[in-house]
Amino acid sequence: MLNRKVLSALGGLLAAVPAFAYESSYNLPHGVTQISEEVRGLHMQIFWICVVIAVAVFGVMIYSIVTFRKSKGAVADQTLLHSTKVEVIWTVIPVAILIFMAVPAAKTLVKMEDTRNAELSVKVTGYQWKWQYEYLGKGVSFYSTLDTDSNYARQTGSGIDPNTVKDYLLNVDNPMVVPVDTKVRLLLTGNDVIHSWWVPDFAVKKDAIPGFINEAWFKAEKVGRYTGQCAELCGRDHGFMPIVVTVVSKEDFAKWLAEQQAAAKTATTTAPAAATAAAL
Amino acid sequence: MAHADTHAADHHDHDHKPSGIGRWLFATNHKDIGTMYMVFALIMFFVGGAMALLIRLELFKPGMQFFDPGFYNSLVTSHALVMIFGGVMPAFVGLANWMIPLQIGAPDMALPRMNNYSFWILPFAFTLLISSFFTAGGGPAGGWTLYPPLSLQAGDSFPLTIFAIHMMGASSIMGAINVIVTIMNMRAPGMTLLKLPLFCWTWLITAYLLIAVMPVLAGAVTMLLTDHYFGTSFFNPAGGGDPVMYQHIFWFFGHPEVYILILPAFGVVSEIIPTFSRKPLFGYDAMVYATASIAFLSFIVWAHHMFTVGMPLSGQMFFMMSTMLIAVPTGVKVFNWTTTMWRGSLSFEPPMLFALAFLFLFTIGGFSGLMLAIAPADFQYQDTYFVVAHFHYVLVPGAVFAIMAGVYYWLPKWTGHMYSMSLAKWHFWLSTVSVNILFFPQHFLGLAGMPRRIPDYSTQFTDWNMVSSVGGFIFGFSQILFVVVIWQCVRGGEKATDKVWDGRMDGLEWTVSSPAPYHSFETAPEIH
Repeated sequence: MLNRKVLSALGGLLAAVPAFAYESSYNLPHGVTQISEEVRGLHMQIFWICVVIAVAVFGVMIYSIVTFRKSKGAVADQTLLHSTKVEVIWTVIPVAILIFMAVPAAKTLVKMEDTRNAELSVKVTGYQWKWQYEYLGKGVSFYSTLDTDSNYARQTGSGIDPNTVKDYLLNVDNPMVVPVDTKVRLLLTGNDVIHSWWVPDFAVKKDAIPGFINEAWFKAEKVGRYTGQCAELCGRDHGFMPIVVTVVSKEDFAKWLAEQQAAAKTATTTAPAAATAAAL
Repeated sequence: MAHADTHAADHHDHDHKPSGIGRWLFATNHKDIGTMYMVFALIMFFVGGAMALLIRLELFKPGMQFFDPGFYNSLVTSHALVMIFGGVMPAFVGLANWMIPLQIGAPDMALPRMNNYSFWILPFAFTLLISSFFTAGGGPAGGWTLYPPLSLQAGDSFPLTIFAIHMMGASSIMGAINVIVTIMNMRAPGMTLLKLPLFCWTWLITAYLLIAVMPVLAGAVTMLLTDHYFGTSFFNPAGGGDPVMYQHIFWFFGHPEVYILILPAFGVVSEIIPTFSRKPLFGYDAMVYATASIAFLSFIVWAHHMFTVGMPLSGQMFFMMSTMLIAVPTGVKVFNWTTTMWRGSLSFEPPMLFALAFLFLFTIGGFSGLMLAIAPADFQYQDTYFVVAHFHYVLVPGAVFAIMAGVYYWLPKWTGHMYSMSLAKWHFWLSTVSVNILFFPQHFLGLAGMPRRIPDYSTQFTDWNMVSSVGGFIFGFSQILFVVVIWQCVRGGEKATDKVWDGRMDGLEWTVSSPAPYHSFETAPEIH
């Protein structure tokens, strides 16, 4: 009952659903990485398997409820007590379905864990309540905090309507910038408590844990602005430390990086001077 | 399963109930203690429910309207602790106290004084927990899982929370010992283990789970306590500790705990569906073995709660596969319940309605559970409202509906009166419709990217949050009907017969009078 034909037929049915099914407010996003597309595929596959099983099981339940009613004069069949045969059948079939699902899931999992051959490494540190991005070996590092407009609006009883704020709670002062079509490796850690770095469009969610360095990777295939949020309760302002990743062309990234490096250089040369001045 | 031959009769009322407040304070009678557990659980459901409504109030629209985010976190944390340890678990212990002696033909629980003690710890535990809201720094706000290092940032609420959890654990362990000793030693002659009613079976297995994992929780929170106050570094990386270790220990408790909350619900439903299908439970033996398999598997799947902590690939593979396996025995249970109804003669009294809602809605929770087991997909679901929707489906229309089904099923046996069927049906329909309005949209919110445990959200999540909050308020206020039905039934009403229901009544509890005599079976019935 659950062969590929049925599944692909169901998949076709889904494709026929008008465009609102995509990028909708009730399903996973398609995302912009190959992995995120695979993950969405797994998600839809298991979803449709569940739907098929649900139709069958709920169908039998509803049929029983409608047909075998005492009020309709139904008499209970007292001989229907047990059957080893059906118990075996409804144990073996689910096991087969599970194996059918586990194989592609395992394949995707292996790919997700393969962080080798990254072209850019960024260390991501979670703080209460902001993110820090350090471009390893590039001499660029900065903090990324909730933008000012959202921050004013989100204060309790601020009276500011969040609908008037652009990208309410999903905007930051300094977004992470990465080049398109480049394998970016993330090295995640936490400075104080456990945070979790999550961008749905990349299908990356990994905890940033104090004392540990976790690895994750993504390769964005489309230029654009992608948002996410901290996904591990990290204290009072857990809801207010969004993630914004700007994916730019490789040339734009090189330009951005050069600007940042230049800015970092002036900061380091002027900073000691300023410090001495302050000390005097 | 048990076909009773009642040499009943011996039920002249020589009850010797103590009177006044002493009857409750010094209670050793399983029915009085069961009643206290049930009343306590009901109160806690309303306390935890009020917290949930405050949460839904704040989430009705984006922007922080009412609370400080820290207070919001305290609400989320306490809501979970109150509902799990104060609501669902005591409610099932209450049902166990009332029904196990009646179902196995015993006069009382085996250890009545310990029974008293295990109940009376609870009001003190929850007074501590709730009073922590009034300490410097507010209530516990690190989530009910108490993950360090965050939970160690708590103020004075911290030791109160930990001590409350210790007390709840001690209470649960004593309750569990009592259930095991009672079922193992006090069954009526002839009642072999494979004639045991399923409610007793599921509780027996639950009791073993409790004894196995409550000490683990106690150990974990004690280590938190010493990390906080005595300078140890179990979970502090700066001192060579490991915060992830806490999560492993916690979920080694936490996953069996999930089944502690649901297995007795399976038992209740397995009693009710045959009654109102007028047909014995299909595949009794398979049901027992499935329950035992679920209990066994519950010990080897814990890390699926923590796929994102960065486990090695092999670890993720193992926990993904073992978790998927749970679908098999759970499926067996659902199929057997369905087949019990097949070619039956069904009627739809309130207990059956709640049991049927359980069957449908718990299964939906099972499906989302299966989706969550797929590790790559779980990276998208973890810590979002999809997870919130999943565990509320298995706990509210799952465990809580089963508790309500059980109460509606046995209430006439407890009070000796029938209750208002029409009012109970109103309660059912309002609850069932609103619980879906409340929790179904949360699947959408999670998939669309809304993390859990956030007090405020981006504006694209507004619509479904509004729908969910409306459902929440209808659901919450519908529960007042439940109290009205119970209150009326306790006060009076049409006299219940011994058999109570016009159904297939196999259990021993239906052979005694309604209300059941104070010392259930003074002479053990014989089972053929």
